[in-house]
Amino acid sequence: MCTYSTAHVPAAGSGKGPDGWFRLREVSVYLDHPVHALADHTLNIDFINPARGPSARVAVELTAQTARDLVRAIESALADAPPGLV
Amino acid sequence: MNEALTAETVMMKGHGGDQVEAYLARPDGTASFGGVVMIHHLPGYDSSTKEMARKFAAHGYATLMPNLYYRDSPGESPDDAAAAARAKGGMPDEQVVGDVAGAAAYLRGLPGSNGKIGVIGHCSGGRQAFLAACSLPFDAAVDCYGGAVVRVPQGAPASFKPLIGLSKNLSCPLLGLFGADDQFPTPAETAELSRTLDEFSKPHEFHTFAGAGHAFFRVDGPSYRVEAAVEGWDRIWTFFGEHLAGKA
Repeated sequence: MCTYSTAHVPAAGSGKGPDGWFRLREVSVYLDHPVHALADHTLNIDFINPARGPSARVAVELTAQTARDLVRAIESALADAPPGLV
Repeated sequence: MNEALTAETVMMKGHGGDQVEAYLARPDGTASFGGVVMIHHLPGYDSSTKEMARKFAAHGYATLMPNLYYRDSPGESPDDAAAAARAKGGMPDEQVVGDVAGAAAYLRGLPGSNGKIGVIGHCSGGRQAFLAACSLPFDAAVDCYGGAVVRVPQGAPASFKPLIGLSKNLSCPLLGLFGADDQFPTPAETAELSRTLDEFSKPHEFHTFAGAGHAFFRVDGPSYRVEAAVEGWDRIWTFFGEHLAGKA
């Protein structure tokens, strides 16, 4: 199915796209058909800067398991950071 | 059928008079042909959908697929354009109908057109094919597993409305091709749509294929189901042959 549902997260940081590094302004998160991954549905994340055009995008298509593992790894990395760093 | 064809990118007049990029595939060596407006799926104006357009041309139908994302993403790759459209909340139904109307007019104006025009779409394009057939004059329409016709998925944009209420306006016979394992639309939903079309005496034939889910025509993904796809294509050729083929 096409889910049509998308979470939009304001973003500060940088990403590296086809034309090099750019400032991130937003992250789109959604579960839908992938373009490239071999799965019916994937958790897709687009790191984007709309002001720089559609190609200013870092895209990933993850299986649900990978997405959950990634969430845990991110939370763990942040929790384990030495005091004062984040 | 010699399957000779010409395919190219053209510009056409879309909604609001906007110039919109479109992919045109048309049969060669055919004196008179019907036309098909192909509506691409949510992932965009991509290679696999263009391949379908060429398949229609090989079977004798001039086929035009407007790039629904062209306005905001001219020259961008289909996946980037689709992501940008999604980030914006998708395409307004009114704009899609305007682009489809422009594509139909373009096809009617081709030398050799027999004046008969159909519309087909898959996935989100299936929904939009139904929308177009309820909004514009067509000779035939094919809805391939279009979701959100009867029920809108949770989390969809507020502007996104179910279309079943438009059934009384359906302008042409409708072929529906669905998967028994699909959740959007479910077999119960397509049965409800069929009953509603019956109430308005709208000609339609629906086929629901066992062992197939959503996107069973998509050859470049794991959802492809050869049995359903092959039979589905046969249904399409029979349906379009009945309603679109022939001389003007």
